[in-house]
Amino acid sequence: MDLSAINPALLLASLLVAATPILLAGIGELVVERAGVLNLGVEGMMITGAICGFMATIVTGSPVFGFVFAAIGGATLAFLFALLTQYALANQVASGLALTLFGLGLSSLLGQDYVGLKPPSTPKLDIPFLSDLPFIGTVLFNHDIIVYLGIALVALVWAALKYSRIGLILRAVGENHDAAHALGYKVVRIRVLAIMFGGACAGLGGAYISLIRVPQWTEGMTAGAGWIALALVVFASWKPWRVLLGAWLFGGVTVLQLNLQAAGVAIPVEFLSMSPYIITIVVLVIMSADKSRAPASLGRIFHASS
Amino acid sequence: MKFTKLLATAAVALGLATSAFAQDKTKVGFVYVGPVGDGGWTYEHNKARLAVEAEFGDKVETTFVESVPEGADAERVMTQMALQGADLIFTTSFGYMDPTINVAKKFPDVKFEHATGYKTAENVSVYSARFYEGRAIQGHIAGKMTESNVIGYIGSFPIPEVIRGMNSAFIHARKANPDVQFKIVWAYTWFDPAKEADAAKVLIEQGADVILQHTDSTAPLAAAAAAGNIIGFGQASDMAEFADGPRVSSIIDDWAPYYIARVKAVMDGTWETKSTWDGIGAGMVGIGEITDRVPADVKAEALALKDALASGEYHAFTGPINKQDGSAWLAEGEVADDGTLAGMNFFVEGIEGDIPQ
Repeated sequence: MDLSAINPALLLASLLVAATPILLAGIGELVVERAGVLNLGVEGMMITGAICGFMATIVTGSPVFGFVFAAIGGATLAFLFALLTQYALANQVASGLALTLFGLGLSSLLGQDYVGLKPPSTPKLDIPFLSDLPFIGTVLFNHDIIVYLGIALVALVWAALKYSRIGLILRAVGENHDAAHALGYKVVRIRVLAIMFGGACAGLGGAYISLIRVPQWTEGMTAGAGWIALALVVFASWKPWRVLLGAWLFGGVTVLQLNLQAAGVAIPVEFLSMSPYIITIVVLVIMSADKSRAPASLGRIFHASS
Repeated sequence: MKFTKLLATAAVALGLATSAFAQDKTKVGFVYVGPVGDGGWTYEHNKARLAVEAEFGDKVETTFVESVPEGADAERVMTQMALQGADLIFTTSFGYMDPTINVAKKFPDVKFEHATGYKTAENVSVYSARFYEGRAIQGHIAGKMTESNVIGYIGSFPIPEVIRGMNSAFIHARKANPDVQFKIVWAYTWFDPAKEADAAKVLIEQGADVILQHTDSTAPLAAAAAAGNIIGFGQASDMAEFADGPRVSSIIDDWAPYYIARVKAVMDGTWETKSTWDGIGAGMVGIGEITDRVPADVKAEALALKDALASGEYHAFTGPINKQDGSAWLAEGEVADDGTLAGMNFFVEGIEGDIPQ
């Protein structure tokens, strides 16, 4: 065993990278669920974002454009879900599962010609002085811009939900859509926008995997990250900062367990392998012992006349 | 008639029509563990499926299901294929072993071919390739080329197949360079590009400058390319798209000749249970082109090793070799028997760390 082989600065830095995809997808899904909609299609939207972003980056050569296109791709797929569930009043669980399958299929179709290509690398932020700080510079100030975008989104969503009028309306729609409707809010329109926001975030998360974390396109490459993001929202009791905590825990333990394995620590590998899931769940479940609960209208279909 | 009923009737009619039409065709099903576009393991199996179609044209009809989890889902997929009239089913991952045996019991008239397993039955054959021969060549190149003397190895699951590869690579890396060390990470997945890339990054951060992988996607190579000045090898497929970057050679699985032979056997009615385990000599394991990044003398040694393995004059597990705990396994000049190799569950002397049990 040689723990000195593990560099804590690099470990913390890769924690932020490993957490970003599920953080982005999770915070998007949180907004959707707070609006009272359960979209199980996160995985499908992520993988669609992954391929859309990858294609756009290869074609234009610009990762920034790639991420924009990934968000558009994810939001477009989410709009399909919105059409089905908000206008056609289809069952949300079934539509969400279908969206995942559809997204996986669509992405492999789109990605046929993009297997084995290398995307141009996304520049890392290089802040004079700050990035050169020992330890802190490596951990905090030496990342690509999407890492910071993810954290900023969490803060933004938290502030919006807690302090802004928009947040209040969104929560009203999620808690009791009949009352919100009676007050004159456009329940369906608000939900459609929330769903598309969720799709855009999931798309960004997917593109982060295909453009930065791996970086390449492979079919099915999100490999379940969308489901983890979904679980994260529930275990985080629909609270933004807890989603951040959960994502960091999950990403952190994932990277840590690989590091421990490589350093030859004498903990059975099976335990190390399951540790990200267990630790994340245990911590978040303990935290949710307070009176947090799901949005009351979550998953219920709204129709103005009924 | 209601619309749905009409649809249902049409579907039944269509089903009858196709099954009647397909009577004289040999139906072959393939169960894949990853997507056909993984660029590695499943990609090569699918290539062999296409070769079967090209060989027999109209006389054969192939179907495949990709990304089938190992376990109960696999059993459902196989059952479904058998119910749809498959004559021969290839199940292409180690974890399909028990599902294959279970389903085979229920369908005695359907032939099954299970890759990399060891359980056979009246209607179940097993086939695998001696990938460890390719690993020996990788190990040699890795040992010669590493400057940090640390070689990172991404394992999937602790099964004999993977352990054999690690041992073979290690033995030959040590022969080439006595100071070499292996750092091993078990990913517990065959296919998860993000995790595979993370594993590669971790190994690189901990000083490895050569990455060997036994997972199915090209992600570790992509991570190696991003890290710079790291070498790696194509796994299961050539992965030649990384040839101007980290990939210096590869192990290529060539299943096509075997698949064609077995489909032919079913057509001729000569199919019988057998265990096939072919290596470089028979062409089931190919070695991808060694790039110019490898010094000429190392390349020549690697190719000489390949020829010796192919002709059978050298065996990758030739004594003296001790087990990890120091006890003797193979005496001087002794060669490992296939039984021990097939069930290999120990590391050889010099590898650090335990095999997860």
